[in-house]
Amino acid sequence: MSDTLLNISGLKTWIDVEPAPVRAVDGIDLEIRRGETFAVVGESGCGKSMTALSILRLLPETAEIVAGNAQLGATELFELTERDMRDVRGRRIAMIFQEPTTSLNPVLTVGAQVEEVLRRHGRLSPQAMRKRIVELLDQVGIPDAERRAGEYPFQFSGGMKQRVMVAMALAGDPDLLIADEPTTALDVTIQAQVLDLLRKLQRERGMSILLITHDLGIVASMAHRVAVMYAGRIVEVADRQQFFASPQHPYSRKLFEALPGAEGRGGALAVIRGQVPPLTAAFHGCRFADRCDFAYERCGQGEPALMPVAPDTSGHRVRCVHVTEKGRFPARSRPVAVTTGTLGTGAPADAAPLLIVRDLKVHFPIRKGLLKRTVAYVKAVDGISLDIAAGRTLALVGESGCGKTTAGKAILQLIRPTAGSVNFQGAELTALRGEALRGYRSDIQIIFQDPYASLNPRMRVGDILSEGLLALGVAGHAMNQPGVRDLARDAIQKRVDELLDQVGLPKDAQRRYPHEFSGGQRQRIAIARALAVKPRLIVCDEPTSALDVSVQAQILNLLKSLQSELGLSYLFITHNLAVVEFLAHEVAVMYLGRIIERGTVDEVLRSPAHPYTQALLAAVPRIDKDVNREMGSGGTTAEAAKQGELPSPVNTPAGCHFHPRCASAKDECRREYPGSSTLTRSHVVNCWKYPIGK
Amino acid sequence: MFLPIILWTDALIFVLLAVIAAFAFYARQHEHLRAPWRRVAQTPAAVSAAVVLLAFVAVGFLDSLHFRQAIEPAGNAEAKRPAGAATAYAPEVKSVLDVALAHLSSRTERTYSAPLATHAYAKETMEVPGRGQVRDYPRLRNGGAHLKDAETEWGWDILLTVFKGMGLALFAWSIAAFLLLIAVKPTAPAYASIGAFSDAVWRGKTVVPWRTVLITLGLIFLIVVPATLLARGYHVLGTDKVGQDVLFLSLKSIRTALVIGTLTTLVMLPFAVLFGIMAGYFCGWIDDIIQYLYTTLNSIPGVLLIAAAVLVLQVQMEASPELFPTTAQRADFRLLFLCIILGVTSWTGLCRLLRGEALKLRELEYVQAAQAFGVSHWNIMLRHILPNVMHIVLISVVMDFSGLVLAEAVLSYVGVGVDPSMISFGTMINAARLEMGREPMVWWSLASAFMFMLVLVLAANLFADAVRDAFDPRVRVSPRNRHMAEAAAA
Amino acid sequence: MTAYIVRRCLYAVLILIGVNLITFWLFFKVNTPDDMARMQLGAKRVTAEAITRWKAEHGYDKPLIFNAEAAGMSRMTDTLYFQKSLEMFRFNFGQSDDGRDISHEIQTRMWPSLALALPVFLIGLAAYISFALLMAFFRATYIDFWGVVLCIAMMSISGLFYIIGGQYLVAKIWSLVPISGYAPGIDAAKFLFLPVLIGIIGGIGSSARWYRTIFLEEVSRDYVRTARAKGLAETTVFFRHVLKNAMIPILTGAVVAIPLLFMGSLISESFFGIPGLGSYTIEAIQAQDFGVVRSMVFIGSVLYILGLLLTDISYTLVDPRVRFE
Repeated sequence: MSDTLLNISGLKTWIDVEPAPVRAVDGIDLEIRRGETFAVVGESGCGKSMTALSILRLLPETAEIVAGNAQLGATELFELTERDMRDVRGRRIAMIFQEPTTSLNPVLTVGAQVEEVLRRHGRLSPQAMRKRIVELLDQVGIPDAERRAGEYPFQFSGGMKQRVMVAMALAGDPDLLIADEPTTALDVTIQAQVLDLLRKLQRERGMSILLITHDLGIVASMAHRVAVMYAGRIVEVADRQQFFASPQHPYSRKLFEALPGAEGRGGALAVIRGQVPPLTAAFHGCRFADRCDFAYERCGQGEPALMPVAPDTSGHRVRCVHVTEKGRFPARSRPVAVTTGTLGTGAPADAAPLLIVRDLKVHFPIRKGLLKRTVAYVKAVDGISLDIAAGRTLALVGESGCGKTTAGKAILQLIRPTAGSVNFQGAELTALRGEALRGYRSDIQIIFQDPYASLNPRMRVGDILSEGLLALGVAGHAMNQPGVRDLARDAIQKRVDELLDQVGLPKDAQRRYPHEFSGGQRQRIAIARALAVKPRLIVCDEPTSALDVSVQAQILNLLKSLQSELGLSYLFITHNLAVVEFLAHEVAVMYLGRIIERGTVDEVLRSPAHPYTQALLAAVPRIDKDVNREMGSGGTTAEAAKQGELPSPVNTPAGCHFHPRCASAKDECRREYPGSSTLTRSHVVNCWKYPIGK
Repeated sequence: MFLPIILWTDALIFVLLAVIAAFAFYARQHEHLRAPWRRVAQTPAAVSAAVVLLAFVAVGFLDSLHFRQAIEPAGNAEAKRPAGAATAYAPEVKSVLDVALAHLSSRTERTYSAPLATHAYAKETMEVPGRGQVRDYPRLRNGGAHLKDAETEWGWDILLTVFKGMGLALFAWSIAAFLLLIAVKPTAPAYASIGAFSDAVWRGKTVVPWRTVLITLGLIFLIVVPATLLARGYHVLGTDKVGQDVLFLSLKSIRTALVIGTLTTLVMLPFAVLFGIMAGYFCGWIDDIIQYLYTTLNSIPGVLLIAAAVLVLQVQMEASPELFPTTAQRADFRLLFLCIILGVTSWTGLCRLLRGEALKLRELEYVQAAQAFGVSHWNIMLRHILPNVMHIVLISVVMDFSGLVLAEAVLSYVGVGVDPSMISFGTMINAARLEMGREPMVWWSLASAFMFMLVLVLAANLFADAVRDAFDPRVRVSPRNRHMAEAAAA
Repeated sequence: MTAYIVRRCLYAVLILIGVNLITFWLFFKVNTPDDMARMQLGAKRVTAEAITRWKAEHGYDKPLIFNAEAAGMSRMTDTLYFQKSLEMFRFNFGQSDDGRDISHEIQTRMWPSLALALPVFLIGLAAYISFALLMAFFRATYIDFWGVVLCIAMMSISGLFYIIGGQYLVAKIWSLVPISGYAPGIDAAKFLFLPVLIGIIGGIGSSARWYRTIFLEEVSRDYVRTARAKGLAETTVFFRHVLKNAMIPILTGAVVAIPLLFMGSLISESFFGIPGLGSYTIEAIQAQDFGVVRSMVFIGSVLYILGLLLTDISYTLVDPRVRFE
């Protein structure tokens, strides 16, 4: 086909590590056409980033392309000399990376870094160069580009840095832009901005984009065609419409089913059992067979080829014997996972509150000058109030930097609040110290975001789980008395076994170290650790945001079933609205240290009142069932609100904190912070649009 | 018959060995410690260096078993002595090594003699019966004394001894190699027979590079055995100004170097670890105080602080000689003091490193999880922080060693090192530094000290490098602190 | 930023006071003037009068910190602490045991020290960085491997051997330069050539290897990949991106040593007979002249603290992240 820009065939990239090489990319073929966005989607470790780096031959020193071709137009990329390859990089193929913060050179100005590309791939006079730099920065939406070209990367926010990366990529006027998870490190409103920018640039320039992502939502809003990667192989390729209308491969289907959302609220999410197989050995059958609910003996006998789904749909191809040999796929209604079922809907809404937080403030002083006097405060948490009833889940939602994590830690007294009250069942935790506080430590526990940093790598799982028991004397109060010690040890042992069982881990896990477990398993251990002391309330601080979607489903299911079994309450801190929809009963939305809207899940997510909540919801890339809608048509009502960025919590804007980004800001919004407006009995919002009080 | 004496440094060496043994036992049970050591054991350069280091340690250990010999009552004195009276012991403290090398230390010459020489290095005027006064090179008292006609027999004798020694070395080596292979043979079925295993070793196919171990061992044997045979009749490395055997001096220096290199770290380790972790974990005013403390100590130039402290010590020791009944005890105390003061000047580097690491760790979520359980600060530091900084401690211990050995030489040269009566590389160099200017030049003392130090320090550096790479290649132990005294020299 | 530097200055003064107290404790409290006198007079059979006389001659016949016999302010000022320790802040160091003015000695001797130490520092820095660059640029090749082996071998050799070997080879066998000695002015060059060369060689091992790790650390960063993705040549990536970032820790790390260059180098100077502060210190240590040692400790600390200050300032100049704070 003449409109093919890049044609990759049989690409194999292996990473040379002991004891055996990892076959990160194991024979993939793909074709990118001119002017299209081609998305490669898959979970971590499936080889999608390695594919991207292989195309540019920018692999780390341990990785090597062992086979395959990559034809860019008439050029065979893998046969070019390194010198000729450099003419391709930046000029014909440009790339942007996941972490804009580390991907820019900290000691060169932004302008200089853009200039480098212009200088390398073209001849411009100094004046023309200067003009072109400003033009490029302007094009990617950097305000005041003239001045900012002379600034250093650390003076830019994350979203702005990613824009600079895009400007650098555009400087060579490339035919193909490879974007490797370009928005994963960004907040959802900023993500929407960057995606909008990429879409706009593509329309204007007609360049192709190879988009690497794990987020089906982004795929739905960006891609023309989609490839799903699993364990180093492409298992399905299709047009966007075909893919979202009827994903064929069992793995693709599972990815959709594992997505949390409102539909799954009463029940459990589908999970993919097991883990991605190690890529060190050769495969003899379908790579997904071990985890597939539909696997039968044929799946283990030779790997299926990537075949058209049906003779007429040449564009939609899949690597599954069910589809390509049997011609049809088993009915979807077949019971797929053991965990499916109703997991309960939590305690009734009007249960008595377990935790009452009033006007909680956490201010960090900023010290400056000769005597380190406090000149200002970072108002991380600036007066929040919330109630959590027994057996219910309150989701605290907001973008990074809004203070939600600090609020969680302040409730646990891990950070001492500056002011306000945290009342747990009548006890004022902020007033307690030392031993008195320790008494309540077992009632409120915490689960953290990063499953790698939250477990001490030097301790066995059994010791990790029993730490709380020992510290709080839950299992045995008199550990030091010789006779009691054995008794206590037995009790602890029994409890550890019980805990591992509860979170679905084998008993022998306790003798192993955390590094022997996968991310999802580690998060289970962290949950077991929190459960050990029989808490009533668990603060979950983004517990699934570091996990792949299929693993996230497992953890969400687990949290939900634990809640119905043990009657736990959760304070669920997250930025992921889909997770909120699935798990929470009530929602509180935070912006710059304050709660701006709260209510039940349905109220806040179905009929958001605050412009910020509306913007937040609009910014989430949705997988729309109406696959034929125009790409990128986000909620136009909130389009304006997506602009701008979160201001610093030191210099909070006067009046309503959100007014600089708000499309419907009025004079009063700039003057004074709005009071609370009660919309329904449970739905409260702080916005001048609504009558105060009521 | 003899009275065991445990000098201060001996005691600390035993403590150190016990700590190493305990650590080895602990590491065996903890995969995160065992895995990096396994990586070290798979590095050929590291195992080779380790074998060499072990040889040095063996010499140093023999030199640390001290005792005082009972004075043999002469003749019939036995009868006169009242029963039950305390045996009298010689005032001289000896070590096992001294006894083993008695033939080297006792057979002194009058002054310089070249390695393996039979005649003195300088002409002397002597009385020859029948020829009157003659200026010639006199025969040595001990070097080549077994030869009747030194001029003709000398070359052959040496050659013969060397060949004999090499043969003996190969014989001993093959026995040692056989025993070693039996001891380390894995139980894997691939190595069912010792033949299959030795074949794998020979082709370098084993996980641990046993071939390298055997080759290194072979080289050591090939040097040590012939040298031992030669030493029975000659001064293998010559003699120094006062006629002492240079080989003996070099071997005795090993213990001093090892003591300085290891005990210094042992002495400073508790402070560095405790202060470093406390500063990083608590922050606030505790951090301020500890930072002030180490910045202040650090700002006094290391060599000068050591010099000042040692000068003060000298004065104090001269003022109260009654505290040190023997010269060995006196020298030993000074050595210990030198270790302590070197420790005081060198703990700041590790402390700062640990502070930085603890500062990072305290923000980690598992530490916060422990705080959420109300675990005490002390327990958090012990269970969560300390095990996660141990690799840094270990790396800095092995990396410090070589720097300290080199520092000893410099300090002894300046005159603030070990006691002049203590044999060390520094005192050897100091005594020999003017010999290069002599005509003809006397080179062997310096050359011996140079070679011994080079082998020791090079082995230590190679080993430390492998340890660092295996535990954490990112830890940056700044050379500024390591070569504090060296910096003054350069 | 000004406030920051002023605060660092105040902190420096605080540290200097700490150093002063430590040295006072060491030189007057642990080691009393009586001990000093006894040692200077030699042997153990010294009369009490002789000691008193020696103390009076050298100005040590005063109480430590509080003079109860004096009146008014001189209760404080007429003490050892005030006159021997606090006076140092005015760079008034008193006299050495052979009766010379220490301040004057320091002023005349620091120039030869600087003449030796400065070239070692500057040429050395350039040489080490170049060598490290070479190894890092050809990383994972034989050049790198043997470079590191050379570094490890060179840092395993004591500095003393470099000096002795250098003197023997260059000065004695080849007779290119005098073995030792010093002459003021331009003639110094022929005396300084060898010690400078040896000073540089002696530091290659540890420094070049250290810089190499810094370079390699920078090479593995994300922005390097970005630079390569632009199509830049490896040399451009290395010299424009990596070098610029790596120079921040290297230069700011080296700055701390600049003031200390005045102190010279102990061993080198005494071997080569250069009349600098290093050899002055060694002579004082060997003669057990506590007055001089004390002064040198103080001067050394002052210079080191000055170096710390310079480091702080250089960070604000070199690193844009700090500069714009």
